[in-house]
Amino acid sequence: MTGAHAETGAPPRTHYLNASYGIRSWLLTTDHKRIGILYLISVTFFFAIGGLMAVLIRLELATPQGDLFQADVYNRLFTMHGIMMIFFFLIPSIPAVLGNFLIPIMVGARDLAFPRLNLFSWYLFNLGGLFTIWALVHGGVDTGWTFYTPYSTTYANTHVIATALGIFIAGFSSILTGLNFVVTIHRMRAPGLTWFRLPLFVWSLYATSLIIILGTPVLAITLLLLAAERIVHVGIFDPALGGDPLLFQHLFWFYSHPAVYIMVLPAMGVVSEIVPAFARKKIFGYRFIAYASVALAVLSFLVWGHHMFVAGMSIYAATVFSALSMLVAVPSAVKVFNWTATLYQGSVSWETPMLYALGFIGLFTMGGLTGVMLATLGIDVHVHDTYFIIAHFHYIMVGGAIMGYLGGLHYWWPKITGKLYSRFWSRISAMVIFIGFNVTFFPQFILGYLGMPRRYHAYPPEFQVLNVMSSAGATILGVGYVIPLVYFIWSMRYGRDASSNPWGVVGLEWETTSPPPTENFETTPVVTRGPYEYPHRQEDPGAR
Amino acid sequence: MPASAPAALAHHFDSREQQREAASLGMWVFLVTEIMFFGGLFAAYVVFRSAFPGAFAAASLRLDVLLGTTNTAVLIASSLTMALAVRGAQRGRRATVVLFLVLTMVLGSVFLGIKLHEYHEKFVEHVVPGAGFRFPGPGAGHAQMFFVLYFAMTGLHALHMIVGLGVLTVMLVLAARGRVSAEYYNPIECAGLYWHFVDIVWIFLFPLLYLVGRHG
Repeated sequence: MTGAHAETGAPPRTHYLNASYGIRSWLLTTDHKRIGILYLISVTFFFAIGGLMAVLIRLELATPQGDLFQADVYNRLFTMHGIMMIFFFLIPSIPAVLGNFLIPIMVGARDLAFPRLNLFSWYLFNLGGLFTIWALVHGGVDTGWTFYTPYSTTYANTHVIATALGIFIAGFSSILTGLNFVVTIHRMRAPGLTWFRLPLFVWSLYATSLIIILGTPVLAITLLLLAAERIVHVGIFDPALGGDPLLFQHLFWFYSHPAVYIMVLPAMGVVSEIVPAFARKKIFGYRFIAYASVALAVLSFLVWGHHMFVAGMSIYAATVFSALSMLVAVPSAVKVFNWTATLYQGSVSWETPMLYALGFIGLFTMGGLTGVMLATLGIDVHVHDTYFIIAHFHYIMVGGAIMGYLGGLHYWWPKITGKLYSRFWSRISAMVIFIGFNVTFFPQFILGYLGMPRRYHAYPPEFQVLNVMSSAGATILGVGYVIPLVYFIWSMRYGRDASSNPWGVVGLEWETTSPPPTENFETTPVVTRGPYEYPHRQEDPGAR
Repeated sequence: MPASAPAALAHHFDSREQQREAASLGMWVFLVTEIMFFGGLFAAYVVFRSAFPGAFAAASLRLDVLLGTTNTAVLIASSLTMALAVRGAQRGRRATVVLFLVLTMVLGSVFLGIKLHEYHEKFVEHVVPGAGFRFPGPGAGHAQMFFVLYFAMTGLHALHMIVGLGVLTVMLVLAARGRVSAEYYNPIECAGLYWHFVDIVWIFLFPLLYLVGRHG
């Protein structure tokens, strides 16, 4: 982790990576930057496990017969894929890695408000992961990541409690991170850094933190009740004992729908940083994007019912949830239009982060538009529990959130490590991921529309062509994810040293050195202008 | 807490004022998460009480309203002593802080003692949910739901009380060692916020659980 810096001959500058050495200096660190790197290692590990499950799923689905796994093994595979990816990768990815690293720097502070709490939440996160991996090793869990009752409370014979406990614990890690961000953004801003001078990344993580704070405790109590019901056999959710299985679904989706925005809002924040940086232009409609983040956070709590249209909800409730769900399109579209408008007459350069950001905009738009389709009652009932749903939310979560995460990682990697990665290979990887993603998931829209149900390990033979396409695409996607892993690790050892501002962009994080010193800034910065103040291009009339 | 001078200022804060505000806001945000945490249980209560109003009223009559009322009074008194402890801390009066913290802890322990006694009675009367549950009448299953919620809600509340007693013990040690002063009293203030929150949860639990069957 220490990188080579000896060749220059000059005495090495002290920064957060070489300020101290040894495993203790990492495991007991309270430096938000080091904790960000600890999270990076953890989430990469969990992503690999979740990815492995995805590989096995796509392998099984290459043929119509259930020939590789039995049905109940397949159930465990997709359950663990969902749990690992959602709770242990997507939710912590951008906030806990990039947010941890960047928020204090972006607000001009020396650390998050509660540094020890920050370290504690990393330990909680891994403890939660350990419980879940224990369940995985001892036979897994087969309820689906949604733990629907009464299946999860009464019938499932797998490690429901251990897994639920793992998610419960990881949830508290997420709550503490959100709390830390909110307090930091409120109380630790540098002199002159007003709310409307904050980078939009900070705005979107603020909105994300609000969702985490308000939603996650509800999931926690729900999982606790689920465990209680399973252990003591009292009927809170079990209809045979007077309980209400729909209550579980309401409580579960009250968190788990907003959780979608926990995953995608931070990615939107990343895109809002990258687009103006590589268009060399002030972002269009700063306030609208900022307010749209908060609007999404608020709306996210009002639409959970659209997961339950066929679960036995009154038609009036369903109509209201349908209408509210469509409202989500408004702030989402505000963002997409503003990013696009920022590109207009900008001097756009095709650096790797920009490729990821543009990929995000396209794929998120696809996911968002199919989301509006699904908010419509008639279509939702028709394609409910089919691959159309799978394709839709993978466009948001993989096409959206992971593209954003990788874009952000590429954008800030020189700042985080002080090293430059291969420009050629990184651009190749962005293209490979974009192509692989579309080949994997676009066929699933068609499969779903034709009626292929989700969660089955076998399917009618007429669906094979599209499924083989999807599995082939997953292979490309998998390769696309391995390439960055290789050149990132490579760059840490062999990469050229990055200057403090390798992209030549504006932003507080680029004013400190790469990697930053432990205290982030030599002196507390004083902010006198907005975050995206690029010179106007009027003096260059021949450009277009 | 940093083990240095009483007016400890952590390295990443610019001023004591900033540190105090951050700690206090952090506690408030934490209490918001607590409200949502209990909120899930309250939602379940609303669903089942509106589904089975009769059974809930009948089951509620089995709770000891005298003990419940006593406990309510005990907790409100403990909130007063807690507030006086915080006030003492703000004025830098070590003896006052210690005295009122001890009083708060005594009252908290009295509450838990009475609660334990009530739980014991429920065991004796076979109204603890599970295989041994006995309740006369046709609505036994629904009455059991009331007791599930009763034990879940008061149990979670009692757990918060126990955590609170632990926190107050730490505060007591800090105060006794002179680590609390008029310049640096955030820990006591935050512990106070937590204690008041736990009390307020009980103020909601008491009528919802003890008084359901007695209003008409």
